[in-house]
Amino acid sequence: MANEFVKKVAEEKYKFGFTTDVHTEIIDKGLNEDVIRLISSKKGEPDWLLDFRLQAFRYWQTQTQPTWGHLRLPDIDYQAISYYADPTKKKGNAQSKEIDPELMKTFDKLGIPLEERLALSGTAVDAVMDSVSVKTTFKEKLSEKGIIFCSISEAVKNHLNSAVFSDGSFVYIPKNTRCPMELSTYFRINARNTGQFERTLIVCDEGSYVSYLEGCTAPMRDENQLHAAIVEIMVMDNAEVKYSTVQNWYPGDAEGKGGVLNLVTKRGLLKGMNSKLSWTQVETGSAITWKYPSCVLQGDNSQAEFYSVAVTNNFQQADTGTKMIHIGKNTRSTIISKGISAGRSENSYRGLVKVGKKADNARNYSSCDSLLLGSRCGAHTFPYMDVQNNTATMEHEATTSKISEDQLLYCNQRGISTEEAVGLIVNGYAKEVLNKLPMEFAVEAQKLLSVSLEGTVG
Amino acid sequence: MISESQYIELYRECRSMIHQHSAPLMNALRDEAMTDFEAQGFPSQKVERYKYTDVAEAFAPNYGVNLNRVNIPADTAEVFKCDVPNLSTNLLFVVNDKPLTSSTRDGIYIGSLCDFAIQQPDVIKKYYAQLASTKADAINALNTALAQDGLLVFIPRNKCMEKTLQVVNLLRSGVDMLVNRRVLIILEEGAEATLLFCDHAMDQVNFLTTQVCEIFCGNNSHLDMYELEETHTSCRRFSNLYIKVGADCTVSHNNITLFNGETRNTTDVLLTGERSEVTLNGCVVADKNQRVDNNTLIDHQVPHCTSNELFKYVVDDSAVGAFAGRILVRPDAQKTASQETNANLCASPTARVYTQPMLEIYADDVKCSHGSTVGVLDASALFYMQQRGIPIDEARMLLKFAFAGQVIDAIRLEPLRDRLHYLIEKRFRGELNKCTGCALCK
Repeated sequence: MANEFVKKVAEEKYKFGFTTDVHTEIIDKGLNEDVIRLISSKKGEPDWLLDFRLQAFRYWQTQTQPTWGHLRLPDIDYQAISYYADPTKKKGNAQSKEIDPELMKTFDKLGIPLEERLALSGTAVDAVMDSVSVKTTFKEKLSEKGIIFCSISEAVKNHLNSAVFSDGSFVYIPKNTRCPMELSTYFRINARNTGQFERTLIVCDEGSYVSYLEGCTAPMRDENQLHAAIVEIMVMDNAEVKYSTVQNWYPGDAEGKGGVLNLVTKRGLLKGMNSKLSWTQVETGSAITWKYPSCVLQGDNSQAEFYSVAVTNNFQQADTGTKMIHIGKNTRSTIISKGISAGRSENSYRGLVKVGKKADNARNYSSCDSLLLGSRCGAHTFPYMDVQNNTATMEHEATTSKISEDQLLYCNQRGISTEEAVGLIVNGYAKEVLNKLPMEFAVEAQKLLSVSLEGTVG
Repeated sequence: MISESQYIELYRECRSMIHQHSAPLMNALRDEAMTDFEAQGFPSQKVERYKYTDVAEAFAPNYGVNLNRVNIPADTAEVFKCDVPNLSTNLLFVVNDKPLTSSTRDGIYIGSLCDFAIQQPDVIKKYYAQLASTKADAINALNTALAQDGLLVFIPRNKCMEKTLQVVNLLRSGVDMLVNRRVLIILEEGAEATLLFCDHAMDQVNFLTTQVCEIFCGNNSHLDMYELEETHTSCRRFSNLYIKVGADCTVSHNNITLFNGETRNTTDVLLTGERSEVTLNGCVVADKNQRVDNNTLIDHQVPHCTSNELFKYVVDDSAVGAFAGRILVRPDAQKTASQETNANLCASPTARVYTQPMLEIYADDVKCSHGSTVGVLDASALFYMQQRGIPIDEARMLLKFAFAGQVIDAIRLEPLRDRLHYLIEKRFRGELNKCTGCALCK
């Protein structure tokens, strides 16, 4: 009895590990040109997009899996994955606009209300399960301002971008518009043996502003699930984009079994003058995280920021960081990265700051701190600086240490248990980054931090 | 494979000649080293440790190799005048790869590695080629296969070298030349030594040097080592230095590059005994088309060790400065303290700086940090000095001098420190292209 209770508590740690029992249309496993044609036809895409997909696929076939990451990445059998799973498809092909109540329940359980009346004030949501966007809220209200926020499949059909992308969000903010609410996309992998390949495209036109949030969860499965997404952001003159991610994919169990392989490409182009792009990420989940949200500072006077907290526990591995490529004049970038490793995990920061020949007066400040909780984990820093312009000023600093005994003693003296004290210190350590998150997310991220580190002390 | 094939063919054709003029101990490893070299080829720039140096390109030209050990005369008194004044040293000249003299005093042997290896192979058998793996590095493999001689410094237990040993490496040749030099330094338990290596090129031809240096510091030994490179723009140097440090040692290594063509220094320190302290310092002053690439690794294998690393670069004209420093703290190497700093001054629009300080840590009770900066001279400091009547050029020179001074001031040999101050100041003032008094500068 007692054992069962313990088991229950242990399993509860990842509380988003449930599965949704909903009829899901999954195409056969495997990856070939026919699969790509099938996905494309299911989405009813124009020919140019199919050609783009096929071209990307043919290029992908010539490439091999990279090995330079500080990761023990299993060989991914790309043929054992199904590339398309649609949970919205009804049995018997009934055409209905209604969303399956099971799906509604799933997103309710995740705290993502799809009903607009229940929604948190000021957040519009695009909910993506497996390969398909389930529902986008507040679409009409936003369109009044000329803002387009919809699933990317819809975007290619109505308004207007690799081989097997299935769905994702598209955002267009017109000139001189301040998006009145936080836009958010919620990604969930439900079906077994599938991969999620969503694609997000954000275009922020002259003088406009948008804050975009991304959340991710997946059920607990023994085998690795693949998540390979692309996010592209275009920022025009005087525009500002804030992109926040709280990534909580299933990290695998305490023995390192299962979990999501999170292999993501995120790129932002600061095309316009005085443009601004800020990436904020809280990475607590995934068995393997391998991503570098990057910024190309092309416009003069453009500013880029990267704030990251990456937490790894048990057998999790993370190799994450950023690339700041300075091309325009008077460009500035800031990198604040906080790594926390516990258990037997490996946590690496890898980042490139490149200053091109013409990037006069470029300025960069990078600070990477690592906190080690436990003697069997690893914390690594691999920064690269390539400077081709003598007017650039670059600073990089990194520290690695554990929580000092003095700090813990101080807390214990004041009646705070060691576990609680560690939680407090970690939260204080990560605060610089968490402060950059929008309010609702900051609360969730703080909770996530304490849950992820549960059981690391003692 | 074009660069590689000429060396593979050279070895095939001249195998017996190479063996004939060297010691059996060194010959025993050649065939295997060449096989390793053939298997690897020169590292491409896609190999992480050689990211900033194109090795194949450097080895591509057709260099002559003195395999038949033709005696190249060098009148040291005539050609070498720029020694360090006021420094009382044991002076030893090494022409290309051959020490001119060998001496044994109080059990301390300084001289030809080849001669010692023929006389007493058992003594150095357990040291030679133990650190420089031919499988892991193509330059080690090529050097092990081709090097016929080099320098051996052997200091037995509890012996102390009273005077600083100044080794002057002279590159001398009438034609373009590849020099493969081997250095083996053995400090037995409780030994002490101060070593100063000065690299000079005597002739205006293209020189390519590969130097593989293995240093063994037994428990409670103390080593203070300085390497000073003052060659010319047609010289290419590939130096691989390996230091194995036992318990309770203090080791400091200082690498100063003032004049060169292309330099690649690999410095790997293995801390294998507790309570040791290692200092790696470096200073680079580069202009014209000079290229300097320092690649270091400090491997903390045991607990309670301290390491400090400081590298400063002043890069001018179209010079390229690269620094990659990796600090590895292995599991259970608790109580490690490590600090790594790299600062770069980029003085011209066409100069390039690449820096890559890395920390790889697998133990939790450690204090490690690194910092790196790239920038220009502080505008407010320049303004402050101008306000006080210092002309802008003078102010710039003073600031650059102070910047490099941090590494020079850490040098414990006072006469050497003074000499470097003098050389660097003159250099920044643009008053000399090389040190005065030397035959080459005329």
